[in-house]
Amino acid sequence: MANMAQAIRMALHYCETNLDLKDVFGQDVGPPLGGVFTATQGLETAWNSPLDERGIIGMAIGLGLSGDRCVAEIQFGDYIFNTIDLLKIAGNTHWVSNGAYHLPIVVMTPVGAGIRGSIYHSHSFDAWATRLPGWKVVFPSTPLDAYGLMISAVQDPNPVLFLKPKALMRVRGEELLPGEPEDEKQLKKMIDAPVGDRSQWRPQWPQLAEYAVPIGKAKITRHGRALSVVTYGRNVLMCNQVADELQRDGINIEVIDLRSLIPYDWDTIRESVRRSGRVLFVNEDTEVTNFGEHLACRMTKELFYELLAAPRVLAAKNLPGIGLHPNLEEATVPQVGDIKQAILELLEEAP
Amino acid sequence: MATSKAKKSKTSAPRLGAKKSMANSKLDLPKDLLLNIHRLMVKSRVLEDRLIKIYKAGDAYFWIGGPGEEAFGVPLGLLIHKGKGPAYDFLHLHYRCSPTLVAMGMPMIDSIRLIMNRSTDPCTGGRNFANHYCFPEMNVTPVSSPIEVQYPIALGTAWSQRRFGGQGVSIVTGGDAGTAEGDFASCLVWASRKGSELPMLITVQNNRWGISTAFEGQHGESHIADRGKAFNIKTLVINGNDPIESYIKLRESLDYIRLKRKPVLLEAKVSRLYGHSSADGASRRPEEDCVEIFEEKLKRAGILSDRQAQSLWKEYEAEAKEAQETVRLEAPPARESIWEHVYFENENADWRKF
Ligand SMILES: Cc1ncc(C[n+]2csc(CCOP(=O)(O)OP(=O)(O)O)c2C)c(N)n1
Repeated sequence: MANMAQAIRMALHYCETNLDLKDVFGQDVGPPLGGVFTATQGLETAWNSPLDERGIIGMAIGLGLSGDRCVAEIQFGDYIFNTIDLLKIAGNTHWVSNGAYHLPIVVMTPVGAGIRGSIYHSHSFDAWATRLPGWKVVFPSTPLDAYGLMISAVQDPNPVLFLKPKALMRVRGEELLPGEPEDEKQLKKMIDAPVGDRSQWRPQWPQLAEYAVPIGKAKITRHGRALSVVTYGRNVLMCNQVADELQRDGINIEVIDLRSLIPYDWDTIRESVRRSGRVLFVNEDTEVTNFGEHLACRMTKELFYELLAAPRVLAAKNLPGIGLHPNLEEATVPQVGDIKQAILELLEEAP
Repeated sequence: MATSKAKKSKTSAPRLGAKKSMANSKLDLPKDLLLNIHRLMVKSRVLEDRLIKIYKAGDAYFWIGGPGEEAFGVPLGLLIHKGKGPAYDFLHLHYRCSPTLVAMGMPMIDSIRLIMNRSTDPCTGGRNFANHYCFPEMNVTPVSSPIEVQYPIALGTAWSQRRFGGQGVSIVTGGDAGTAEGDFASCLVWASRKGSELPMLITVQNNRWGISTAFEGQHGESHIADRGKAFNIKTLVINGNDPIESYIKLRESLDYIRLKRKPVLLEAKVSRLYGHSSADGASRRPEEDCVEIFEEKLKRAGILSDRQAQSLWKEYEAEAKEAQETVRLEAPPARESIWEHVYFENENADWRKF
């Protein structure tokens, strides 16, 4: 089974051969490295840009204005902050031109903690991203979803921000991508660049098929009626684990993997919470003005009289960074134990 | 092509209160072209004067524009390969670009619709400020208030044109103070990478002011254009108050870029006739006026008569005034239109409806 880096690579290969994707670029995105997480290795259209985030986003906007499709990468989400006004401009281009221009561009960037990245390789960007009207924001948690969301993102006529959970880039999926060989060693031989001299290396791509995960559709990853957990990215795996543990104690938790933050799948969230009456929103951006708060606020307004407990948000502590030592990192962003505890507390609440 | 005399002409930089720096330059262009440039300069000036009047009459919330930049902007507009897509020139302009668009054929009334923020405003549907144009059919990308962002954005259309081949060029304009932003450096870095040079005309209109900060208050370099030299970019400094020098130098630069597919950095010294914007009063300043000087010069050379000149001004003043009256009666944008065009084809952008 492919890991997420391989899945993104295969999606981009699919897009450059079938969907007229013309440029994949960013720092170290082209040969020889193919991206610090290897998500762009072996691609025909991948090239190395100057080390200039504003240049990268400006270039992407210009390409979009000219009608060319591109995927631009910011090497780490931690370094996207100096491009925020350009991201705002990308988001307002269609609106300010009264519909005359549109920007079919994708920007991808790895985000979040979990790789012991300390204060400048652990930033989240999801809450910030949801404050960029005009953008769509997707955030996969499995290789197959990453594949399907990337294909949808490239096909979308609007700017799409593709957030990659750093901690999951090497995690293998449980489902095969359409066309992926069953043997993961074989896949590795076909598409992973060798160590050392790569100048003569060319990937052998499997016969991939189109598979689009629609933007705006969540996925229920665990079914249950006791409580709904709404999450995305790296936290999906943690929430699934907690749901599996609680299942053994006879407590059935529903886990919703949002997959798209903007637009978000309110129908799935609302129907789930209607059934359970309790909801926990989990993500790893900082807790003050967190995207989960928006969802919790909306939930409170719309389903106030149907709720059995106050909606709760579990997010990162409101701190300026995430420390290197595991004690510091784990105390800062939600861990399996924190999620479990929050769920148990919510279950105890009585109306 | 420029004549040998024009090639030798000195680049003199106008300063505040400087003598008429172009008084002695030769009329090295065909008569019809000279008259056309003059006509468009007058049209653009009349339009800007009208925009200021509209602002002062309370019919607009804000004014910013390009009076004083006609001698640079009009020649630029005349030299554009106008059209849609990478085969044609892309324009990444800033808010002092009316002369260029007037020369490209923009009707006055469209500029007035923009400043009066009517639903008929073809650029933004009543959403943006004066001179924040957008004309996709002429590859004019949205003018944006944050200064200098157009420089890295222009890289993208230039990259597309580089791939496309042909003669299309990406043209980016901006002010002198804005070059302090990193975006200007980004543009020089990306445009000049060896083997990946971009077909771009990078211009700076140096009016020696950034709102109220004088050139010396934020620049150590003698000429902004000198910064291009470090990147092996062809550079030049021109007297942007002289339409003849502007036309010749812009044409040379564009010919070079179209053929060589490499960038040029051109700094044009210009006047800022009405200050920065309505924020500092939009009142006339004692600076060199390129339209007045050029008109005088054409008259002295016997190319233009007093009567011709007067009737030109009158004709455009009447057109601008009438346009204002027309636009005043046009509908404002509807409140419900806020949700239009957030996403392509009006896909739902209202989270209440997710
Ligand atoms: C990023 C940004 N910072 C500040 C401003 C406010 N501002 C508008 S125009 C201007 C001065 C620009 O001066 P210059 O680049 O010389 O251009 P000019 O208007 O003189 O042609 C400033 C500071 C802005 N629009 N954008």
